[in-house]
Amino acid sequence: MNLCEIVKLLEGEVLTPEVTMDKEVPCAFASDLISDILMCTQEPALLLTGLTNTQVIRLSDMIDLVAIIFVRGKRPSYELIEMAQERNLPLITTNYTLYRSSGILYNAGLRSCKT
Amino acid sequence: MPDCAVAKPDMAEYWHKNPERVEAINKYLESQPEAEVILYGEIAEMDFVNAGKGSSDVKNTLKRLGVDPDTLRRIAVAAYEAEINVAAHSRGGKMTSMIFDDMIHIIYEDEGPGIADIEQAMTPGFSTADDLVREMGFGAGQGLPNIKKNADALHIQSEAGCPTTVDIITYFA
Repeated sequence: MNLCEIVKLLEGEVLTPEVTMDKEVPCAFASDLISDILMCTQEPALLLTGLTNTQVIRLSDMIDLVAIIFVRGKRPSYELIEMAQERNLPLITTNYTLYRSSGILYNAGLRSCKT
Repeated sequence: MPDCAVAKPDMAEYWHKNPERVEAINKYLESQPEAEVILYGEIAEMDFVNAGKGSSDVKNTLKRLGVDPDTLRRIAVAAYEAEINVAAHSRGGKMTSMIFDDMIHIIYEDEGPGIADIEQAMTPGFSTADDLVREMGFGAGQGLPNIKKNADALHIQSEAGCPTTVDIITYFA
């Protein structure tokens, strides 16, 4: 699934206009717990989360994240957005909840990543 | 509660060694060879702006040295979990990463206050993290189990009121 398609499905807003959105997303993982994200992401993945502190970007230094979707209308700080732009990591925010966002993407055919 | 400024030789100890690597790990620990590259990182208490930088440095260095992506990820995850533990649970400390031809050995040394029961700390889901740490998405009680899962060796030495030392060893191929 293409990242632009995901933005449409979630009625999302792109927070990193300078970063390319022309990316294929092979799978996704959703969690608000950093250790779970580290443990369960063993291949390039889309992350859906309610966490908006800068450690979410540090995570992307350790594991391969294709993009991050912030759910429940959460908006990260300017500092976090800058860190993402430096890493060419697309950030998207959606008003949908974590459960709803995950359901929409799963129904559209985006598989869960291997754990 | 005993109080000690430096690690003591008779402190409680935990060892996990990947059965397939036991021989190589023991040989390494006995011979203590000189590392090809050594990286140093400071970890400040509750500094979640900078926590993780040391692990990023390690990952970037190993990437340049040509370590394969899956091994890189396993090393980075273990290194990061341990770095976060020092920031979240200690008065601060340092990490020393010793890189060899075929493996990496990272040593974390903090300034206390130590782990009262290491076996309990290793239990998945057990955590002593405070609310601030939990709000940031940490404190799920998966940190040490996650290190164990991703490393070839994990060594913890600690005691209540004393500094904690953690060793992580991972082979490249």
